[in-house]
Amino acid sequence: MLPPRFQDWFAAKGWSPRPHQLALVETAQRGNSVLLVAPTGGGKTLAGFLPSLIDLAERPKRSRASRLHTLYISPLKALAVDVARNLETPVAEMELAITVETRTGDTPVARRQRQRHAPPDFLLTTPEQLALLIAHPRAPQMFEHLKTVVLDELHALYNSKRGDLLALGLARLSQLAPGHRRVGLSATVADPKPLQRFLLPQSGGKEVLAELVVAKGGAKPQIAISASDSYVPWAGHLARHAMLDVMTAIGEARTALIFVNTRSQAERTFQELWKLNEANWPIALHHGSLAPEQRRKVEAAMTKGALRAVVCTSTLDLGIDWGAVDKVICIGAPKGAARLVQRIGRANHRLDEPSAALLVPANRFEVLECNAARDAVLAGELDGERLKQGSLDVLCQHIWGMAVAAPFHADALYAEISSAMPFADLSRADFDAALNFVATGGYALKSYDRYARLRQVPDGPQKSMWRLAHPRLGQAYRLNVGVIVEDPMVDIRLQSRGKPTGVGGRRLGQLEEYFVEQLSAGDTFVFAGDVLRFEGLRENAAYVTRTHDPEAQVPSYNGGKFPLSTFLAQRVREMVSAPERWHVLPEPVQEWLKIQEWRSVIPKPGQLLVEHFPRANRHYLVCYPFEGRLAHQTLGMLLTRRLERARMKPLGFIANEYALAVWAARDMSGLDMGRLFDADMLGDDLDAWLADSNLYKRTFRNCAIIAGLIERRMPGKEKSGRQVTFSSDLIYDVLRAHEPDHILLRATYADAGSGLLDIARLSDMLARVRSRIVTRKLDRVSPLAVPALLEISREMVARGEVEEDILRENEDALIADAMRVD
Amino acid sequence: MRCVWTDLCVTVNGESLLLDKSGAAYWPKTRTLIFADLHFEKGSSYARGRQFLPPYDTRATLLRMAEVVTRRAPARVIALGDSFHDPHAAERLGAEERALLESMAAGAHFIWITGNHDPHPPAWLGGAVMPEWREGGLIFRHEPRADAERGEVAGHLHPAASVAKYGRGVRRRCFVADAIRLLLPSFGAYTGGLDVGDPAIASLFGSRFHAFMLGQDRVYAIPRQVGRRKSSEDIQPMITAIATAARP
Repeated sequence: MLPPRFQDWFAAKGWSPRPHQLALVETAQRGNSVLLVAPTGGGKTLAGFLPSLIDLAERPKRSRASRLHTLYISPLKALAVDVARNLETPVAEMELAITVETRTGDTPVARRQRQRHAPPDFLLTTPEQLALLIAHPRAPQMFEHLKTVVLDELHALYNSKRGDLLALGLARLSQLAPGHRRVGLSATVADPKPLQRFLLPQSGGKEVLAELVVAKGGAKPQIAISASDSYVPWAGHLARHAMLDVMTAIGEARTALIFVNTRSQAERTFQELWKLNEANWPIALHHGSLAPEQRRKVEAAMTKGALRAVVCTSTLDLGIDWGAVDKVICIGAPKGAARLVQRIGRANHRLDEPSAALLVPANRFEVLECNAARDAVLAGELDGERLKQGSLDVLCQHIWGMAVAAPFHADALYAEISSAMPFADLSRADFDAALNFVATGGYALKSYDRYARLRQVPDGPQKSMWRLAHPRLGQAYRLNVGVIVEDPMVDIRLQSRGKPTGVGGRRLGQLEEYFVEQLSAGDTFVFAGDVLRFEGLRENAAYVTRTHDPEAQVPSYNGGKFPLSTFLAQRVREMVSAPERWHVLPEPVQEWLKIQEWRSVIPKPGQLLVEHFPRANRHYLVCYPFEGRLAHQTLGMLLTRRLERARMKPLGFIANEYALAVWAARDMSGLDMGRLFDADMLGDDLDAWLADSNLYKRTFRNCAIIAGLIERRMPGKEKSGRQVTFSSDLIYDVLRAHEPDHILLRATYADAGSGLLDIARLSDMLARVRSRIVTRKLDRVSPLAVPALLEISREMVARGEVEEDILRENEDALIADAMRVD
Repeated sequence: MRCVWTDLCVTVNGESLLLDKSGAAYWPKTRTLIFADLHFEKGSSYARGRQFLPPYDTRATLLRMAEVVTRRAPARVIALGDSFHDPHAAERLGAEERALLESMAAGAHFIWITGNHDPHPPAWLGGAVMPEWREGGLIFRHEPRADAERGEVAGHLHPAASVAKYGRGVRRRCFVADAIRLLLPSFGAYTGGLDVGDPAIASLFGSRFHAFMLGQDRVYAIPRQVGRRKSSEDIQPMITAIATAARP
């Protein structure tokens, strides 16, 4: 099937083409689009490009006009650059006359302009760059000869807002280059169908599917779980007790990647490892808050093989291959089977050798989760994903971009957009609302119509077209393109001690503004591997000094907090419910579960256990839904509202990944639990709570920025960026009161359902446990409840009007101060 | 003088003012209600730059104003300047907004202090237009002066403050006061805030002063200290006021 030149090349390398690589060549010969599902190390990228390489190798020499043949899109620009470099080898060794170029935000302007007029054969880029390319008046010329689109790491894109943006871009490419083929490359997924649909234009409610090729799996990974039969912590996420095991594992490996779930965890783990690092092994730190230069330095050192280990967050989940990595260590909860597979796949990129991984649970529940995750991975079962609908804010951005490209007919654009899989169910009314939002805001106001962004101009007797009102709006679109919205950030600058705050200082990186705003001068926290003392905030920078205070107060800062996946939660619940499977667990964990069985009860599969007990003059209600912290927090808010109405005087609650504990002044055990957990709580109570939720307001801000209602912060305009945060809250309050059905409020609600607040998941859970609630009234705390209660002191979440409590308590301090006689 | 606990009471140059949870101040002695920085039609002013903010801010601001006016039934209302966001703002007012404004102006005498955004408030509004207003121990103006005499009541700076507890911060608009002057928070629905620690605000006050943050049901008095110098002289009159207010 391969042309001789390619056969020789494979032979010269000592390789034989893999079956899935040949399968992709075959589908290309039939002119079909295809999804390739293959594990890491399966020669996936080469498989994606092989048909294009063959096609161009057979191209007659004289047709040397510069035409874009294959467009490759990756979620990471570093990956696009790496793939371009890897393609150089076959192109050079087979002496193919093929040009390969990348296009990212870092590509010089001159080259970007040239790429429009004289594109390379292969262009490697990102979804954001595709949006920019198609929103250009010359897009039809650039793409008219396009033959193939290769979408890499499609599993990481298709079900997200970036996937929406990409899908809309593909819908436009279908118009510009009808008949081009698409190749999707994906890691193993639970259900490939949505990805197969994503690749092709959908029409008329029928599923249109690309072909599917599934590569044979590689060797099964070797997954060990660090466990001690003498000590397993009750709570916490640091696994400090296991750091010696981690050092030993590093010692056995050539290079290890150490994954943790949050940035603060990364900082703490890094510190703990260096305390034990007597051999002075080069161990580095990598997470999203560090300065880009510092991250690039670590990545370069990895590429050279100069490091023994890197402590990292999800920033390194995806990315370029580092051949030297031969062990992956995951500290804390795996959160999901697919995530674990992805992380394990970062070790050893050869298909036939097993990847080696060590899971390090930090507490008892995490021991269960690690075991459940390992079983799932070895059984080849993965988390399914809830499919999101195309986001309305992304739709608004795209409509604006399409007007920048050329005037359009509303009917034609609607048809084009609803061929994109995420927007297949988009109603015409929603499309029109988005169009009007882009054109004039959609408020039917004369003063707004006068400055419309899009105007309708006549086009023939019956028709009209939408046209951009001013070329400057094209520039504004280009500055706003993309769906990744950063939280407002503050620079962290390190000063020498004794200097006045706000003078000089080396930039260490950035932290979320809301974290920095809660610090007072003198507070200490860990960042960039050091214990730092906060000195003050000046302009847009937080000034810090180094301190050797061993008792660093480390408040958590966000970054990479994923909820426990529904699938894995299910498996953890099954493990808890099956005493015959406990024997694989470490002794302290078995004992913990056995005492729970004796003192309270082990819930059967499908049941929700609710326990009541008194403790220190409070009455506790603890339940164990295992649905992740976010869903539990929402549940906690809603339950306390109900308990308030039932006059139980709820005082507070705490949620972790597995359980929710509520405490009140009165005994809640007499309440009807079926009523208390009834799904009707998701109505008015939820709405009332959402109105004031900061997470919800942040979600609105993201939608408002993506849709172009408020401007994105530009480099060098940081100060205005801080103001944007505040004013998006103001807009939210006004909009909610005066136009609750506004398109952006609907977009926000849709995001909250699946994203930050996990409402959809909570609603599934309430439906699942209906009439399956098991209640136990106990005389004291149960073993299962201990981990949740231990977190109360760590992370106090007060009930209801927490903001008012904060104001009140700050004031109380004042009154004590004011009344003091000294 | 009668204070209810939901109102904090401050004494500025011998005159007692109630700080309303809405962000307005009330001077019981003269039955005067004071608003700062209403910024009517700020939302629609962005349309010129083709940024289409939801045009409901004026209505939201007026409805909040009307609520305080109904509750306090003042004989007089003073708007401390920047009542209109730009010179053409009044022309853009919708019919409903106009009617709300006119019904309020019918029940109380309005004094429109001029501000940098509205050096010439529209004449059809009625009431009086002036750059400053003096009465009793107080002087009302838009922009506070560094060398102000005692008793200044001003707006312009949109003060806001933040406090933190339980690992969470809360940021709210606030009054700022010491014994010499009172700064009002901005009242307009689309107006942002400037932190009280910013030199533009902090430099007007001594090393210790109070931010009165707007809560859901009341105003909260939060002490602020700038620098390390401790002086109890500036703060003394304020404590008396809070103690008075705290007594039922």
